[in-house]
Amino acid sequence: MNPMRTAAAKRRALAGLAVSAVVIGALTACTGSDGGPTSADTDIDAALEAGGTLTYWSWTPQAEAQVAAFEKAYPKVDVELVNAGTGNDEYTKLQNAIAAGTGGPDVAQVEYYALPQFALTDSLVDLAPYGFGDLEADYTPSTWGAVTVGDAVYGLPQDSGPIAMFYNKRIFDQFGIAVPTTWDEYLAAAEKLHAADPTKYITSDTGDAGFTTTMIWQAAGHPFQADGDKVTIDLQDAGSKKWADTWNQLLEKDLLAPVPGWSDEWFKGLADGTVATLIIGAWMPGVLEGSVPDASGDWAVAPAPSYDGKPAGAENGGGGQVVLKQSSNPALAAGFLKWLNNSDESVKVFLDGGGFPSTTADISSPDFLGVESDYFGGQKINEVLAAAAEAPSSDWYYLPYQVYANSIFGDTVGQAYANKTDLNAGLQAWQDALVEYGDKQGFTVNK
Amino acid sequence: MTAPALVRRPVRKDRKSVALTIVMALFLIYTLVPLLWLLFSSTKTQAGLFSSFGLWFADDFSFFQNLVDTLTYRDGIFVRWLGNTLLYVVVGAGGATLLATLAGYGLAKFSFPGRRAVFAVVLGAIAVPGTALAVPTFLMFSQLHLTNTPWAIIIPSLISPFGLYLIWVYAVDAVPTELLEAARMDGAGEFRTFATISVRLLAPGIVTVLLFTVVATWNNYFLPLIMLSKPELYPLTVGLNQWNSQATGVAAEPIYNLVIMGSLLTIVPIVVAFLFLQRFWQSGLSAGSVKQ
Amino acid sequence: MTMTSMRVTPSVRPRRQWRGWLFVGPFSAVFLVAFIAPVVYAIYLSLFRNRLVGGNSFVGLENYLQVFTDAQFWESFARVALFLAVQVPIMLLLALGAALAIDSARLYGAGIFRIVIFLPYAVPAVVAVLMWGFIYGNSFGLAANLNDAVGFTLVTPFARDWVLASIGNIVTWEFVGYNMLIFYSALRTIPADLYEAAELDGAGALRVITAIKVPALRGAIVIATIFSIIGSFQLFNEPNILKTLAPNIITSYFTPNMYAYNLSFAGQQYNYSATVAIVMGVITAVIAYVVQLRGSRAETR
Repeated sequence: MNPMRTAAAKRRALAGLAVSAVVIGALTACTGSDGGPTSADTDIDAALEAGGTLTYWSWTPQAEAQVAAFEKAYPKVDVELVNAGTGNDEYTKLQNAIAAGTGGPDVAQVEYYALPQFALTDSLVDLAPYGFGDLEADYTPSTWGAVTVGDAVYGLPQDSGPIAMFYNKRIFDQFGIAVPTTWDEYLAAAEKLHAADPTKYITSDTGDAGFTTTMIWQAAGHPFQADGDKVTIDLQDAGSKKWADTWNQLLEKDLLAPVPGWSDEWFKGLADGTVATLIIGAWMPGVLEGSVPDASGDWAVAPAPSYDGKPAGAENGGGGQVVLKQSSNPALAAGFLKWLNNSDESVKVFLDGGGFPSTTADISSPDFLGVESDYFGGQKINEVLAAAAEAPSSDWYYLPYQVYANSIFGDTVGQAYANKTDLNAGLQAWQDALVEYGDKQGFTVNK
Repeated sequence: MTAPALVRRPVRKDRKSVALTIVMALFLIYTLVPLLWLLFSSTKTQAGLFSSFGLWFADDFSFFQNLVDTLTYRDGIFVRWLGNTLLYVVVGAGGATLLATLAGYGLAKFSFPGRRAVFAVVLGAIAVPGTALAVPTFLMFSQLHLTNTPWAIIIPSLISPFGLYLIWVYAVDAVPTELLEAARMDGAGEFRTFATISVRLLAPGIVTVLLFTVVATWNNYFLPLIMLSKPELYPLTVGLNQWNSQATGVAAEPIYNLVIMGSLLTIVPIVVAFLFLQRFWQSGLSAGSVKQ
Repeated sequence: MTMTSMRVTPSVRPRRQWRGWLFVGPFSAVFLVAFIAPVVYAIYLSLFRNRLVGGNSFVGLENYLQVFTDAQFWESFARVALFLAVQVPIMLLLALGAALAIDSARLYGAGIFRIVIFLPYAVPAVVAVLMWGFIYGNSFGLAANLNDAVGFTLVTPFARDWVLASIGNIVTWEFVGYNMLIFYSALRTIPADLYEAAELDGAGALRVITAIKVPALRGAIVIATIFSIIGSFQLFNEPNILKTLAPNIITSYFTPNMYAYNLSFAGQQYNYSATVAIVMGVITAVIAYVVQLRGSRAETR
């Protein structure tokens, strides 16, 4: 028996105890569905055949069409689709349901950065017994690595976000700026642009944990390592420092647009050229087309700059779906999940809706690569993005409490952003807070 | 003298003051600016929002397009939220007013064991931060399988300590004890007396409490935010904030024009209810503040 | 509104005594489930510590000791205390001034002022913050328009030195009308003969305000102050929704309530969060009680 599982069961029992003591009693002890699958339970085809009902939490716009197609293919299965919020909002609700021992969905969308946290609290079903281990070859290495811990498979990747540089070609042409391939060139372009027109900035960044971790990843940093309860945090390793030293130059010279990402003002900045580039995941074209329609024809895609001019990859955003331990029918949930992220039909719906694939077959398919995007002035953007997915990148791990870590990013690194001071100091403050939290939560951190 | 009978003072011969009116007009403008901004913004497309002065129209007038889009977005979920809000308000605020009226009346007109304790506990409870009690409440309600049901919103809204206090203070004077004694002499039951005599005397106070509880449940945000994960059960406030925050991340889809129109539509019914109720309620509130 | 000043109405016959519970019972039952039970559960939770690794254990008062040495908690507490010290007096003075003006019979269209100034109270906090958030925008909100108009950066609502004032402005906007109406209602209950007497004495308008109106308002001021204190200490919605627009300036422990919220919902420290909630509740109750005592003592003088 896994110690964490015992802890969770005990927590539930205690919660139940207190409530029944406090309220009117007469509450039967609450039992979770903790039992691991036996071989008879792992036949997902039989489960799909038998049918049943599932609840699926997702905020992707394509989910509705996917669920409809699934129910058509498997009429006996009824999937209730719930949009329980975007990203962090959903994780809060998932966390609550897990703490309460009830109320969670069978299948949920979880971004890669958050997945280890749920896997650690033993909230997710290991899908290896359902034969999911055989699916490894279908997915890009980085996305497969993000849903697996050792031999355990805690979900299936849905999309991926290899980073690329989206740049406003109109602005670049107007100010005679060449497309940078190294970070040094990027810094020079930033100065040139802002000097030519003080209302224009090379990019916007007011501090974003997802962006910072991606950039450290690209710089070959390894700030987070976890092995069971043993956690190592080093936000001052060579890669982390390399990124912080580079970014300090933008920050201290006021070359970053003072606009929080994803705010109304940020979208406006993308439309009018105030924000001239974005280093961001390959899923961005869909957002640009849908939400910045006025800038159609302005934007183009290039490989992300690197430190030495050679391609260097990292992932930004993206996620997959998981099966929760609370599910009363994990085999059926696994069946739905496998169809959702591994069937041609479902993946096609996802890609048609503007998603960027995690499946190797789709990333390398000529149809996909040959698409000429009108929004991007006819550029074959998928060629650039697919190359980004194949760019060499180092191993990467998120913390087993990354959701919490990101929630205090603003308290620590964000202070360096706000004060325009050394980002290294901010990273150090983040590390200190994370070490303290980890120790309090019973991990063995940096020992 | 009964409390609701307001003392009207004779019209004094004071001159109207232009200077004072101007100062107050500035105050009025301060109050109105955000609301005017909302009105103007509701006529704009998303692009228009980004490119026009906030307190005037944009080139394109798309008020009706925004209205239609708001009401039909995601299969008309907004209408659903409106309906939910109405349900929570009618049952929650109605129930809260009823419970507060009964209890306030009981505390004012009966002496019974534990009476002082009830008052002390209720007043003390107001000081406990509701937001932070959210977690224990959530865990409890989960165990009772009440989360993700309308009851998770309605049950906590049934409690209005301030309403209880107002009715209590009001009932002390508004319902003469001699009247109750007389009714008892006639053999009327306590509830019958309450329903036929006391309620009418308490009416202004009840309207006041109703107004407060309606506003409180209509504006309730935090409790539904944590109690509900199904959008079909959301009230307007939580739904609007979800719309506002869906502009983030991989599948970002900002709909600021709908958020603004939705905000306007959220305000309108409560403001109408408000203007309607506020004529009745002043006498009720004054009883609360005069009895310090 | 002191408990002691609450007159105990002559009770009906002793054998009927328990009948009061028939009226108070339903409220008390719901109150027990929706309020007392969570408080008791929170106290229970505060005595334990549940860890992601290692499970749940009884820790006695350790969580409470931790609160007292928790720099983040005290920073957030100091922030709301500052907010309380500045915003509440401004709001209450504005409300008082408005109430006196509307009551003075020297205003053209007094009824319109009364209704319009009260209106924001009906606007849900979520909507109010969304609106003000747009208005505060530095590049296309009204703040930007204002800066453009004067030609330099006059206002930066989301800057570190500004943000508390920006939040204070939203809270003031929301609640000044509410407090105004409380004061106004109290003013309406002043007996006419007092004014007549003052007039006979030849008292000026200012003298009437200081000698008659303000003393008559004392009770209302005490109530409004208590509710404002509670509101300030529980500050949550406004900063929490604005956080997406000022992510670094509004930290996750900007107010005690946000701290408690993030402890439990982001950090899964349910036990410590409950402890913070209880400590804040006790502090708030004590301060509210002191204000009430002082208020009523001044009254009886």
